[in-house]
Amino acid sequence: MTSTTNETINGPDLLDVKDLKISFKTDEGIITAVDGINFSVKRGQTLGIVGESGSGKSVSTWSIMRLLPKNSIIDKSSSIQFHRKDGKKVEITRLKPNGRELREIRGGEVALIFQEPMSSFSPVYTIGNQIIEAVLQHRNVSKDEAKEIAIDMLDKVGISNPRQRFKQFPFELSGGMRQRAMIAVALSMNPSLLIADEPTTSLDVTIQAQILKLMRDLQQDLGMAIIFITHNLGVIAQVADEVEVMYLGKILERGTAKEIIHRSQHPYTQALLKAIPQLDSTGERLTAISGDIPSPLSRPAGCPFHTRCEKVMPGICDVEMPNPTQLSDTHTVYCFLHEEKDV
Amino acid sequence: MIKFLFQRTIGMAVTMFFVSIMVFIIMELPPGDYAERWAFRKFSGTGTEITEADIDNIRAEFGLDKPAPERYLKWIGGIILHGDFGEAFAFQTSVNIVIGQKIWLTLTILFSTLIVTYLISIPVGMYAAIRRNSIEDYTLTVFSYLGFALPNFLLALILLYVSITYFDSTVGGLFSPEYADAPWSIEKALDLLSHLIIPAIVLAWSATAFQLQTVRATMLDEINNLSVTAARARGVPEWKLLIKYPARLAINPVVSTMSFDANRIFSELPIVALVLGLPELGELLLKSYLDLDMFVAGAILLILTFMIVFMNFLSDIALAILDPRVKLIEG
Repeated sequence: MTSTTNETINGPDLLDVKDLKISFKTDEGIITAVDGINFSVKRGQTLGIVGESGSGKSVSTWSIMRLLPKNSIIDKSSSIQFHRKDGKKVEITRLKPNGRELREIRGGEVALIFQEPMSSFSPVYTIGNQIIEAVLQHRNVSKDEAKEIAIDMLDKVGISNPRQRFKQFPFELSGGMRQRAMIAVALSMNPSLLIADEPTTSLDVTIQAQILKLMRDLQQDLGMAIIFITHNLGVIAQVADEVEVMYLGKILERGTAKEIIHRSQHPYTQALLKAIPQLDSTGERLTAISGDIPSPLSRPAGCPFHTRCEKVMPGICDVEMPNPTQLSDTHTVYCFLHEEKDV
Repeated sequence: MIKFLFQRTIGMAVTMFFVSIMVFIIMELPPGDYAERWAFRKFSGTGTEITEADIDNIRAEFGLDKPAPERYLKWIGGIILHGDFGEAFAFQTSVNIVIGQKIWLTLTILFSTLIVTYLISIPVGMYAAIRRNSIEDYTLTVFSYLGFALPNFLLALILLYVSITYFDSTVGGLFSPEYADAPWSIEKALDLLSHLIIPAIVLAWSATAFQLQTVRATMLDEINNLSVTAARARGVPEWKLLIKYPARLAINPVVSTMSFDANRIFSELPIVALVLGLPELGELLLKSYLDLDMFVAGAILLILTFMIVFMNFLSDIALAILDPRVKLIEG
């Protein structure tokens, strides 16, 4: 392991996920939700994860905090390495469930915000109560100091009249305000990684833009890394440095935001891009991806997307998962169309 | 909060007004009245001829000849102004004296049953939810369904048999013979407490079974709530998490159905009381109806209904304290 200072200069990885495989025991059998994916997050950077519902994007990131339900199994060969603030490297998958070290990391170093700001607050406690709870859990401060931190944080996320809001209940705030409050809770503990699980999906477009701007500003101020999960490539273009495209538990394409938006090579990414409404293309029909995402109970063999792919090559795509093809230092695609060109 | 309390109090008063009218109508419903019954008792077999006029005289003597609204006002006025529930004809004394101690004993049984119910069902229901699908959970479910399935009088008989055979205790009644007529003392209170155990268990079992399943189900819903995951993601320790979030909300449905439990206990009490030989109001209510002793029946009905309405009032207030959303909607 290189020294911490060295790592900082080289833009080191904050989080390293290798061969992550997660399945769920259910009444119908074992369902594989995430199937051997690799990704890493660098300090202060934003990683976007894009995919439809059921692609495993939430499952793979919730596992970083070990928040998955009890019937989930993280494969023994999987590795989630996280660099703590004190420079120590921990293997998250080996931590004791709900143990002290895991609880220190939860909230204190990795924070999570959800799609639904209403249901992520408990309705019977004030906003202030739930922020103070987080602060007291991770910082050695008195209740009054925690309150000041909380009010300061509410102010920072652009909530007007924070002293008043502090005493209010979640249902007394608007959707946008609640999401701001959720961000305030997450950031009040000064995490080094923020996982934002579709944070803007349930909001109006105008509010969405405000929240995205807020997150960008706060990221610059506080220097944290973000994993931004969304199904919306349009949002990803605005926030992410690096983007991963997930489908049915696998990563199909990875690259910088520019590469993914402008030079995408995977038929799935291209199909997703065509499904985004454009202002300058009035009258044109949007192209929907035909069919549904297959049930994880009957995962197709080979490339998981071959059942819906326009460019499917029978006898090739439905046999094996394609190997990664390196298109540039940062751009990787998993598709036989490109693998063949290389060979 | 003050506005909310005020609204609820008014609501309770209005409800009680309608209840009192209904009770009065029920008192009036049976054919005949106490005057006829009294005349029949006094003169049957003596060979005396009874005329309509004689009965009218008796009726006037008891004040039963006045029109119904006037009698209602006199009755309810006496209760509200003087706490006087009228005259118990069959006992030739006031209703207050006839009902007196039995009311307190009935209420004691009610509240000790409720306390047993909540002391068991709330923590055990939470435990069953946390250990969902474990052996403990299944055992508790079976045990609580037994409470639903077994008739109360059977349960009472079983417990009576067990306690007499194996524990050599006197179970009939609420007091041991030596304390029955003694003035109140700590020993007498303890004696009462020991006699309350069996009726409380018998009456609490089905209520406990019901509330236990309610708490378990609510708790299960709440445990999987996103707000709990959110708190866990903030690093809150597991036990603190469970108490602060799901447990607090799991109490709400119990609190809001307190008056249902009171109602259930009142309906089950007479049979259990009969088996266990408890002095309570159910038997008296039945007897006063047979005798057409209306003021006794009315007083019992009114007091029991008032208890239920009052419990409803209490649970509204408790719910408003427990769940801030309630006040927002109501106030």
